[in-house]
Amino acid sequence: MSAGQCEVSFTVNGVAHTVSVYPMERLLDVLRTELGLTGAKEGCGEGECGSCSVLMNGELVNSCLVPVLQAQGATLCTIEGLARDGVLHPVQKAFLKCGGAQCGICTPGMVLATVHLLRRNPSPTLDQVREGLGGNLCRCTGYTRIFQAVLEAAEAGLET
Amino acid sequence: MRAQPSEYELVAPGKLSKVLELLAREPGVWLPIAGGTEVMVQYGAGRLGARKLVSLWGLPELRRIEPSEQELIIGAGCTYSDLRNHPVIGQEFPLLARAASWTGSIANQNRGTLGGNIVNASPAADSLPALLVYEAELLLVSARGPRRIPYGEFHTGYKQTRLAPDEIISGIALQPRFAGYHAYSRKVGTRNAQAIAKLCVAGLGRVSDNKIEDVRLAIGSMAVTPLRLPRTEEVLLGQGWSPALIAQARQALETEVAPIDDIRSSADYRLHVAGNLLQEFLQGLFQ
Repeated sequence: MSAGQCEVSFTVNGVAHTVSVYPMERLLDVLRTELGLTGAKEGCGEGECGSCSVLMNGELVNSCLVPVLQAQGATLCTIEGLARDGVLHPVQKAFLKCGGAQCGICTPGMVLATVHLLRRNPSPTLDQVREGLGGNLCRCTGYTRIFQAVLEAAEAGLET
Repeated sequence: MRAQPSEYELVAPGKLSKVLELLAREPGVWLPIAGGTEVMVQYGAGRLGARKLVSLWGLPELRRIEPSEQELIIGAGCTYSDLRNHPVIGQEFPLLARAASWTGSIANQNRGTLGGNIVNASPAADSLPALLVYEAELLLVSARGPRRIPYGEFHTGYKQTRLAPDEIISGIALQPRFAGYHAYSRKVGTRNAQAIAKLCVAGLGRVSDNKIEDVRLAIGSMAVTPLRLPRTEEVLLGQGWSPALIAQARQALETEVAPIDDIRSSADYRLHVAGNLLQEFLQGLFQ
């Protein structure tokens, strides 16, 4: 560990990690380079596009805007943590079923934003879906199929 | 050029008193960072001047909402999500709850803080006109002790404030005395979600016997700081509804602001739309 680095501990997808990092490193970079979790993508790098979305203590955040020191002690969930024992999460299944993904860059963020929304509001209206995913940009789908996937996932229920 | 993390220091003392000690020891050297929705953008783009940062995120002293009969104290570290989800804020200060829901995306609302928004002092910030019309007071604190100032006196110029280099905002105080007021706000941007405002307006008013008994108006993204509109309020006070009143109010508004012309909008557009929003506020007020 060189001067200026520090140790930061957090739990990611149920696994405890301690990393030696510079405290101002972006959580996004630490997830991708230190832990090899490349599901969160860098799009804009300024909190506008949502492709780096992760859940930090259950809250949707843009990991490009989180200095890693602020994740000390946090419980993090990335897209890699949703599927269990090779079985997709209900939201992932709904995206697959409805064709809610094309190139896939925005998809991890879209799925996590959906999980965040449905945990707070299990039966959202279309307007609420639009608001819940308003910070996640997609250049392929035109959004309609993504919104259908969210409504489908709401219908199916998160725990099914 | 992207920032090099090795060139920056960030500490998280975990206690407000320790943060204040640090700021007192080297005033102006340490930049406080809360949810990072502004500072990390500057950092990511390699534009952040400060090299030493101190984290306010997660300080329990700053993340509390305390309602009482006299006033509501909102900790400066409360996020927009905290504001929009709090029942008292939604009920007593709907303009603030609404502004919080208009600020950025859900992910940004989960991290961006009211204190950060005030200190960042962007004239386009969505929540600031609401704080002006509610006549909020700011609780400031440093190692020298606390002080309290009217929010309306906080901004002194573009991105200039009365915050001392060793000081932070600890809370925002609001008096719950606007029950029964007509509450109006409107944000105009390029799209509904996330856009930074070309213009945002907040208004409070009360009409009795067809006369305006009390009126407060504030506007953001119009000038170099968020503005209260005292001359326009003066023209309206005590008046009843008439088409002439709208014309007079629009004229007063035009004489009391110096609109900015920038990347988001032109001065002409801002003045014209501000007049339209003022008219919309008045129509709602007299309905």
